[in-house]
Amino acid sequence: MIEIRNLKKSFDDNEVLRGVDITIHDGETVAIIGESGCGKSVLLKHIIGLLQPDSGTVKVDGILIADAKEDVLYALRRRIGFLFQSAALFDSMTVYENIVLGLWEAGERDEVKLRQIATEKLGLVGLGARSLLDFKPSSLSGGMKKRVGLARALAMQPQYMFYDEPTTGLDPVTSDQIDYLILSLTESFSTTSLIITHDLFTVKRIAKRVIYLNKGLIFFDGTPKELEQSTDKTVVQFIERFVK
Amino acid sequence: MVKNRNPVRFLGRKIVNFLSEFGEISRLLERTFSFVPRLGRDRILLFNQMAHIGSNSLPLVVIIGFFTGMVSAWQAASQFKGLISLSLLGSAVSRAIFMELGPVLTAIVIAGRVGASIAAELGTMKVTEQIDALESLGISPVRYLSTPRVVAGTLMLPILTIFANVIALIGAFVVANFFLGISEKVFFDSVKRFFHLKDVFGGLFKTFFFGGVTALIGVHVGLRTTSGAEGVGKSSVRAFVLSASMVLILDYVLWTIIF
Ligand SMILES: Nc1ncnc2c1ncn2[C@@H]1O[C@H](COP(=O)(O)OP(=O)(O)OP(=O)(O)O)[C@@H](O)[C@H]1O
Ligand SMILES: [Mg+2]
Repeated sequence: MIEIRNLKKSFDDNEVLRGVDITIHDGETVAIIGESGCGKSVLLKHIIGLLQPDSGTVKVDGILIADAKEDVLYALRRRIGFLFQSAALFDSMTVYENIVLGLWEAGERDEVKLRQIATEKLGLVGLGARSLLDFKPSSLSGGMKKRVGLARALAMQPQYMFYDEPTTGLDPVTSDQIDYLILSLTESFSTTSLIITHDLFTVKRIAKRVIYLNKGLIFFDGTPKELEQSTDKTVVQFIERFVK
Repeated sequence: MVKNRNPVRFLGRKIVNFLSEFGEISRLLERTFSFVPRLGRDRILLFNQMAHIGSNSLPLVVIIGFFTGMVSAWQAASQFKGLISLSLLGSAVSRAIFMELGPVLTAIVIAGRVGASIAAELGTMKVTEQIDALESLGISPVRYLSTPRVVAGTLMLPILTIFANVIALIGAFVVANFFLGISEKVFFDSVKRFFHLKDVFGGLFKTFFFGGVTALIGVHVGLRTTSGAEGVGKSSVRAFVLSASMVLILDYVLWTIIF
């Protein structure tokens, strides 16, 4: 369970989060939407403690992130898969090393098993056809990097998955494939998922709940259906552009 | 934009910033050393860094060592002129090399080659969210990046200095023999006559600190990098300036303690 209470965060004079409250239960799939620059990525980074709140609290499975000891925090993070908006691949390592680094550091040394896991995860994200394992990230396209980042996040079979724009920059077919991957993870492993997206199609397809972040506050929190039927001016305006 | 600065406040802020950065470096040092017991398991990371430092720096160290040795022979000869017999040149030059020139010049070269490149590498990782990515995988950047680099720096600088010392001595001998007409026997007799093991070990002892501090500052400056490629450039320059200054300051402090 993720509990965010009255979370506030500013960078200098830029008030990004102005009191955010969210509770996410185990097994939920929640989409987060909002204008570019409204603080979606910042919100996600607070949940794994990459950013510290100015005030308010973030708890994951009862662990208060701001006060957690380093080993407790790192153990928690190993149960969370995080896909960065920028993919954030390690550019000194190969695709294979990127994907299995977490497992290797957690003590898995069986090379055959590691390569098998890496191949399997690449397959899941639609990169199974070509053998990319020994490529360096610099020789991949933007969309490929994103998917390798996803494969890396999936490698440890995390109980939580946070996706920062998983399908941005991907072609429609691959986007569909990623949508179904997210769905199937939720179904087979009851993974708790948070997905930042600009794709209303994705929202409707995979999320049971959608949160609209606006001006540093939760403006809307409900089902995709309720979102579409909302008569609030701000919501309607945002959705109109969304659907195009 | 030109700001109207109150000089007292400006100076005050500089001092506070300096102290808080000093505090940060101390904390990084403490955390870096807290992972030393884990190096047995992380030895691959350590060996990689040691090989990296060695192979990057050795050619440079050899060249710098040779020229330092040659110029110090000329310098000694000009100072001795009319005052002291040239037969003592070997001893004067070798002591200067072992105690000061070898360790300090090697350390400064490493500050440029290794300190700046650590800062650039880690700075790039910082601004492209690779440090965040490590954290997200439950891997401590201090354990994974800092400890291997700082320990490798600490261990490699003495080794590189030994090379520099030997090459510098050869350089000095070349000048003494070819240009100043000092025979091999006279030169090396003089080296041996006033040879104290303490000079050599005192000089090498300092380099442990120089190497560790250079790598530590590189890591610290790298991890604090902000604002993109421009920030990375600034960080590598800053790492060089800070670590080269620290080498010279530490050299003074350690000299008063050792000699
Ligand atoms: N490390 C940081 N330092 C300073 N400001 C930051 C930092 N990270 C984010 N910001 C600022 O916080 C605000 C929110 O950024 P964030 O990345 O969360 O936006 P976003 O909602 O994810 O947008 P997008 O949809 O474009 O990804 C922006 O104004 C950004 O400039
Ligand atoms: Mg974002």
